Amino acid sequence: MPETLTAPPGPRGEAAPPAPGPRRALPGWAKGAGPLLLLAVLVLAFLRFGPVGVFRKGFPPVEELTVERITLPRPGELRVSVVNSGPEPVTIAQVLVDDAAWAHSLDGGRTLGRLERRTVTIPYPWVEGEPVAVKLVTATGLTFDGEVAVATETPRASGRFVGTFALLGIYAGVIPVFLGLLWLPFLRTLERRWVDFFLSLTVGLLVFLGVDALGEALEFAGRVPGPYQGTGLVLLGVAGTPLALGALGRRGRSGAGAATPWAVATLVAAGIGLHNLGEGLLIGSAYATGEIALGTFLVVGFLIHNTTEGLGIVAPLARERPAPGRLLLLGALAGVPTVVGAWIGGFTHSPFWTTLFFAVGVGAIAQVVFVLWRMLAGREGGALLRPLNAAGLLAGLLVMYATGLLVPA
Amino acid sequence: MYVDDGPTAGVEPALSTPGLTRRELLRAGVLGGAALATAAGALALPRHAAAAGLAGVVTGGGHLGAHGSHESMMAVGELRPGGFDPAAFLGHFDGGKVSRLASGQTLREYEIVAMEREIEVAPGVFFPAWTYNGQVPGPTIRCTEGDRLRVRFANAGSHPHTIHFHGIHPAGMDGSFEIVPPGGSFLYEFDAEPFGLHLYHCHAVPLKRHLHKGLYGTFIIDPRGGRPPARELVMVMNGFDTNLDGENEVYAVNTVAHHYQKHPIPVRLGELVRLYLVNVTEFDLINSLHLHGNLFRCYRTGTDLERYEYTDTVMLCQGERAVLEFSFKYPGKYMFHAHQSEFAELGWTGVFDVREEPHA
Ligand SMILES: [Cu+2]
Repeated sequence: MPETLTAPPGPRGEAAPPAPGPRRALPGWAKGAGPLLLLAVLVLAFLRFGPVGVFRKGFPPVEELTVERITLPRPGELRVSVVNSGPEPVTIAQVLVDDAAWAHSLDGGRTLGRLERRTVTIPYPWVEGEPVAVKLVTATGLTFDGEVAVATETPRASGRFVGTFALLGIYAGVIPVFLGLLWLPFLRTLERRWVDFFLSLTVGLLVFLGVDALGEALEFAGRVPGPYQGTGLVLLGVAGTPLALGALGRRGRSGAGAATPWAVATLVAAGIGLHNLGEGLLIGSAYATGEIALGTFLVVGFLIHNTTEGLGIVAPLARERPAPGRLLLLGALAGVPTVVGAWIGGFTHSPFWTTLFFAVGVGAIAQVVFVLWRMLAGREGGALLRPLNAAGLLAGLLVMYATGLLVPA
Repeated sequence: MYVDDGPTAGVEPALSTPGLTRRELLRAGVLGGAALATAAGALALPRHAAAAGLAGVVTGGGHLGAHGSHESMMAVGELRPGGFDPAAFLGHFDGGKVSRLASGQTLREYEIVAMEREIEVAPGVFFPAWTYNGQVPGPTIRCTEGDRLRVRFANAGSHPHTIHFHGIHPAGMDGSFEIVPPGGSFLYEFDAEPFGLHLYHCHAVPLKRHLHKGLYGTFIIDPRGGRPPARELVMVMNGFDTNLDGENEVYAVNTVAHHYQKHPIPVRLGELVRLYLVNVTEFDLINSLHLHGNLFRCYRTGTDLERYEYTDTVMLCQGERAVLEFSFKYPGKYMFHAHQSEFAELGWTGVFDVREEPHA
């Protein structure tokens, strides 16, 4: 049960005396609202009479447009999704494609308010396999760019593509995780100290994956429209996920006792699953944007890389009795998100969601590492700094680094 | 030859009749049951063929529709009414206030004011320009060889400016050292020589900025005996770097991207057309003009009435100019544009609409 908040005790350990005086005290909520009211007055006064007018006079309005996605729905057509990410309204006056002025249409007026979105449809005879550069020219002559690295028809969510992306996800995420689960019989033959070695190795794997995903999250954060604060989004995911998972975990258990091996394994699987969702996103968007070679390398790279993830999931279960059904569920928890990620990446890629997914993945992994650490620390002669465990941790990092070499940057 | 009239006069009613190409294209697409494909042919072929008694059929299409035509490769929309009128500018020549000196010499007086003004360089795209008399290019100054010119220049801008005239004149009238501060003024006075097609522009530093911002105009000195009667047009090849990255986002003749393509210039069959072509494009070493379905006589700098080159493409360096003369043999629509495809696609294209009957 969480502690309830109480007023701090008085100087001699008594409760604080009630407010004195004959006047009737304001209700509690009014005391809280007072500062808010003052703040609102102050903000209005600043906007109305503040000293910013000096600056406003001297500088032209700052226009910001973010090109979120360019799709090629059919031959001879481009679609540009754009959002006004600046404080001022922006008017899209002309559109240049590959340094040529082009006819186009917008799904709404030419002027976008703050955070307003438009889709610009351009009848452009793009050439399969070649890059396409789009420039939006605003009324003040500023230009905002978007690029398609390799032009190819954007996959639509048809049965064929859903199936294809599912297959890619299965190859990259599901199969390798299940392969890794096959290490369980081997783990069951080991002594405790070697089990701990493999648990430490799992920590190494996870730390590596977490840092990797953090890098991806921060990279995508740079492409998130300004007001959505990409870096803040990363913080929300990274810090918020362990907080939420921790609170949930605490509710699930009656006391503060150590987590059961199955619970730990489930946590590991969930953390890895969120990480694999991010991998799926990468694969899906690579294929959707025509980077077939990159996509194929990603699939092969993740295929090898991810078998070690299965090992990580079963390491906490070395002393448990194998229950095939539950094992399958764990594998699915870790592997199937790759498929979901491939779908999202393939059909609705957006920097905002990609950043958030990666950040949540990082947070989940951080939580799992914390739980594993405590588990190891709680054992007799445990802790990660024991030579064999430290070696396991390092081995985990090295294995990930080595198999990661197979995945293109 | 030309008339000395107000800055907005000289508009031929027919110049403001747009939209023909689009309608024709649509009709052709519907009748043929197939979309028009290839570039210039799509615009000009049907009329050509009819006139010459030749058969011409454009087939093609599929999903691309009219995408291969120049209809989609163009700035969209129309200019805000009340601003610069490229159609009026095309045929407008400023002869100044004419009087006679005691010596019998013709005196022409002009007032030119440098001022800052937002101009529209493509529909909806505004550029903070520095202008002569509020327009880019500045007024086309025209006189005859031997005339005395008096140009009163006032600087109403917030930067120092001048006017540097090409031609022969005394050193103190050059506009390169006599920098006029904001609020200041200067009187340029000199005799017009030699005859030919010249230009004038600001010579304050940094030059690149003062020119790119719009401080330039055409300066025509006619030979004493004049040139043969013709339909006379002024075209100044220019460009605008709207996002200030050192490259032009807009190229045009007379400032507005694709304007004469959307509003073809009416020309009569067989009529002599004389084009005064000036290059003031910044950030690119050269610019060019290519005429379709025809060749022109190219008089370099216009200082010689006899010698010319017979060609369909002329290349001009920055500040270079040429007088082009031609007449059309067949009616129909004929493109003219920079032969640098990039310039053409960013706005430097136009169309002559050649008809037998006078334009209504
Ligand atoms: Cu100047």
